[in-house]
Amino acid sequence: MRVWKFADNIDTDAIIPGRYLIHNDPAVLALHAFEGTRDEFSKNVRGGDVIVAGRNFGCGSSREHAPLALTGAGVRVIIARTFARIFYRNAVNVGILPLVCDRADDIPDGADITIDIEKGYVEAEGTRYPVEPVPGFMQDIITAGGLVDYARELEEVKTCTGSQV
Amino acid sequence: MGATVVEKIFSSRCGRAISAGEVVMAPIDAAMIHDITGPLAIRNFYRMEGTRVYDPRKIIMLFDHQVPADSIAAAENQAFMRTFAAEQGIHNYDIREGICHQVVMEKGLAAPGEIIVGADSHTCMYGAAGAFATGIGSTDMGFVLKFGALYFRVPESIRVEVTGRFAWRVGPKDLILSIARDIGADGATYQALEFGGETIANMEMDGRMTCCNMAIEMGAKAGIVPADRVTYAYFEGHRPVKPVDIYPDPDAIYREHRVYDVADLGPQVAMPHNVDLAVPVEEVAGTPIDQVFIGSCTNGRFGDLAEAAEVLSDNRFSDAVRVIIIPASRDEYLKALRAGLIERFVTAGALVEAPCCGPCMGGAFGLLGPGEVSLSTSNRNFKGRQGSTEARVYLCSPATAAASAIYGEITDPRET
Repeated sequence: MRVWKFADNIDTDAIIPGRYLIHNDPAVLALHAFEGTRDEFSKNVRGGDVIVAGRNFGCGSSREHAPLALTGAGVRVIIARTFARIFYRNAVNVGILPLVCDRADDIPDGADITIDIEKGYVEAEGTRYPVEPVPGFMQDIITAGGLVDYARELEEVKTCTGSQV
Repeated sequence: MGATVVEKIFSSRCGRAISAGEVVMAPIDAAMIHDITGPLAIRNFYRMEGTRVYDPRKIIMLFDHQVPADSIAAAENQAFMRTFAAEQGIHNYDIREGICHQVVMEKGLAAPGEIIVGADSHTCMYGAAGAFATGIGSTDMGFVLKFGALYFRVPESIRVEVTGRFAWRVGPKDLILSIARDIGADGATYQALEFGGETIANMEMDGRMTCCNMAIEMGAKAGIVPADRVTYAYFEGHRPVKPVDIYPDPDAIYREHRVYDVADLGPQVAMPHNVDLAVPVEEVAGTPIDQVFIGSCTNGRFGDLAEAAEVLSDNRFSDAVRVIIIPASRDEYLKALRAGLIERFVTAGALVEAPCCGPCMGGAFGLLGPGEVSLSTSNRNFKGRQGSTEARVYLCSPATAAASAIYGEITDPRET
């Protein structure tokens, strides 16, 4: 699993340009991921590869086509110093694990990376980088495999209790 | 303990005290979907084994990003949504009305004290109506369509207090660009921006919408102006709404207080490729431009078009610039038409399009080629946002856009 390293403020227009939003199929979207900003990504990405980025990854539009393009490319984990809010939710909802890592900037591009969620770190080129646990209320959605599978199990939701998720 | 505007809205809708930081499954008063994010939301609704939406009267559907359909795929997406609307009994505004956020506001579909979601990041604009409104993705929207509720982490708030009178040809867009520069592109992530102060109290709804619209450009979950006499006056003739107390308590706890005096504020321009790269217009004046876009949910209202027309005066737009003007909605278009603005723009050399997102969508029309420069009254200037990743987009107010369109280069509107 190799690391694809990105800078700060990677926006959803960069992840998937607006002209491809007419497509809803992750495999089709994946062909255009980072088109114009990092063309080698869609050509060379392999299933299980990991995106590592700086601050505010996924800022901008609410387009779920962005995390879908990445799932279509086989990405299941994104590590960043911080995430934009809507992208973070969308990622979890479509089955991507977004991990916050203060030291993400130190993880080198192209490195082999392994992830140990239970122990709370990722390891690249012999160095361990601690990652923050996913907030408790989102853990159930991740465990279910995404919000769709989570929602299938729900008969109804009780509003305002604050205990459903 | 005092409550912020956001805490008051969540507490009021849930009937118990709710504080920032709490995770709550909140009832949704209205949910908006459009032609880009709607098809995915509907597919997710079905994948969640949804059969009937929770309340068709609370679903707002319209098409604004690729209208009229500019490709067969776009046509298929819109047809798919039309079928869904017919089956579910959802009122579909289709391609008739204009940009989703403007339509929600002018139809009175977002009311003070409500919790509203939209499958579009600029949904935060309805904060101008005193609603808590936020953008969500299509899977979250599928969940909302089925259950009529969504979980939220109730955000802390940043209080933005604005005083002073705007100088000549300086306005709300210049204010919000300067706030974005100070707060930064992610400085308000997971927070709400609560606007207040005499300048906001005296600001018309158009300007409040511009400010709330751009809260997302600082990462904020919502931007909000507590409903006041201006808000309720706006609703008269749109929809009867009951006044709600959502003013923040004097002892409300804010993450941060920011104070702005606009008296000394000049026109601002955000440089490529981030919204928080705003500088005073003087610093970029003289930059040659290929295209000017006046429109979008941020600045496509009648007030914005009137501001541009006032600057235009009897001049013509430069032949070196392609000027694209798009009213935000059919209502705003009609106001501009009746005031004679459309004729003036067309006479001056502009291309006036029917209400839609236009070049801001970066996928329909008005795209930029490599090396081209655009000056735009919209909300985002990310690399590739309006076409080629080798193009450059600057953001500004309608006044600055109009002045620059006359001279073919970025121009201080106070010097025309």
